[in-house]
Amino acid sequence: MTKTITDVICPFCGTLCDDIEVTVSDDGKKLLEVANACVIGTEKFLHSQSTDRVTKPRIRQEDGSWKTISYEEAADYTAKALAKAKKPLMYGWSSTNCEAQSVGNEIAEIAKACCDNTAAVCHGTTLIAVQDIGLPTCTLGEIKNRADRIIFWGCNPAHAHPRHMSRYSIFPRGFFTGKGQMSRKMIVVDPRCTDTARMADVHLQVEQGRDYELLNALRVAFKGEWLPDVVAGIPAEKIREAADLMKSGRFGIIFFGMGVTQSLSKNHNIDIAIAVTKDLNEYTKFSIMPMRGHYNVTGSGEVFAWQFGFPYSVDLTRGFARYNPGDSSSIDLLKRGEVDMMFTIGSDPGAHFPISAVRAIAKVDSVCIDPHITPTSGVSKLHVPVAFNGVECGGNCYRMDNVPIDCRKVVEPPEGMMTDLDFLTMVCTRLKKLKGAA
Amino acid sequence: MAQPITVNLISGRTIQQGVAIESGKEKPSYRTACGIIEMDPSDLKRLGAWKNTNVKVTSDYGSVVVKAVEATQGPHPGVAFIPMGPWANSVVSDNTYSTGMPTFKGTPVKIEIAINEPVLLGVELVQRQCGVKVG
Repeated sequence: MTKTITDVICPFCGTLCDDIEVTVSDDGKKLLEVANACVIGTEKFLHSQSTDRVTKPRIRQEDGSWKTISYEEAADYTAKALAKAKKPLMYGWSSTNCEAQSVGNEIAEIAKACCDNTAAVCHGTTLIAVQDIGLPTCTLGEIKNRADRIIFWGCNPAHAHPRHMSRYSIFPRGFFTGKGQMSRKMIVVDPRCTDTARMADVHLQVEQGRDYELLNALRVAFKGEWLPDVVAGIPAEKIREAADLMKSGRFGIIFFGMGVTQSLSKNHNIDIAIAVTKDLNEYTKFSIMPMRGHYNVTGSGEVFAWQFGFPYSVDLTRGFARYNPGDSSSIDLLKRGEVDMMFTIGSDPGAHFPISAVRAIAKVDSVCIDPHITPTSGVSKLHVPVAFNGVECGGNCYRMDNVPIDCRKVVEPPEGMMTDLDFLTMVCTRLKKLKGAA
Repeated sequence: MAQPITVNLISGRTIQQGVAIESGKEKPSYRTACGIIEMDPSDLKRLGAWKNTNVKVTSDYGSVVVKAVEATQGPHPGVAFIPMGPWANSVVSDNTYSTGMPTFKGTPVKIEIAINEPVLLGVELVQRQCGVKVG
């Protein structure tokens, strides 16, 4: 006999779909089928069942080969490395739950570490812009029920958040959007004709890196002032058409992604996108929301913010929290060679940092806590496999609209395997002893 | 003789990349999904390469061998796309301009045909670039 668990949360992207159905064996040890999830979410659930998983911590030896060790030895190594280091960097946190993040922050405080989450390569610049001018935002539920103008700026949800459009933004029939897709107009701004752009009513194929100019042109167009014939590769008439479409809605939303946060103008792109939202509120109701990637990167920002006062790039080396992106941010610290111990959890900087930063990781003592084999584990000295959060253990997570949702455990982890929280607690106890902290 | 060409490189997620990272970054499927460069047909023609040819991509920040494929979300002449991953990150600009964020989108790169050079697996690529001794 099998049993089906309903209303499971998908721990892949910031959409945190909460309608997944998972079929497990009667003893709860095998996960058999996944329904309702997108192809990526399904793969995440099913990969937990793969037979080639690393199930015990392993340490790299002199000759480069791995040696299997116990969790106790792994915790000893980690605590000693953190205690010894002058400027450890504790990076990641976005694929683990808030409870583990909180214990991680306690460790960081004792070890006087720099802490950063994957916003560093994702929406870090958004956070800077939000601190500059604020964020008029809303929840995904409001969008489902009210929004009739949807703008996707520099993001491609058809690929990166596969169920976003069907659950919240384009297709669902909400309270005031009873005709679903028919009651909404969709604008996509992207230098490529992406699969999302193909669905749009208006696609503005902006010249790559010219988003700031186009956003500025929209502000001019709202006021009906003079525009050059072409701005950022888009003819003025098309900009005016998009501006009129935005103004004519009852409730609009700008979703934005890596296209604006990672291109050259960075936080200034977001500044002006927020200013566009503010301008639009003179004509109708408009909101703006970052499309967060990892399922709990938002939660990591929240936990950092309520424990240290800043959402990422936190430097505790002086015994109190400092925040200065460019100085205290992971990639800059690594590039300058300041980090003497790298602690990675719930993320893969080896694959997602520029190679110059990864080289710096490979040079120092390093611990990688991750259920998968990744480029980060490939360059780390110690690899600690853990249970999959949201599959093999529960815990609190934040959706991209800052709504906290409790993930659910649906299947038992392989025998003897620890969770992030258990392992971090072990490290914390040992570090306290080493540092003589109460 | 085919000449190298210069294009503007961007990087980002694809659904194939998402599936590949969840099914195992040590596997060949990760290379199939992310060890590629999506190029506009006009740029492939300019380079003088058939689609599915291995090419060497070089920037001021490094170089990497990937397979050139025809753009799936085009047309975008002059712009090339490598899905997010270690192949893209071997060549993207690491300048953060004091924001903490590297410039993952908008790196000028040179592309040349490298028909005899292999595209490495993800973990192997990073280990080689970092000089990690593997037993």
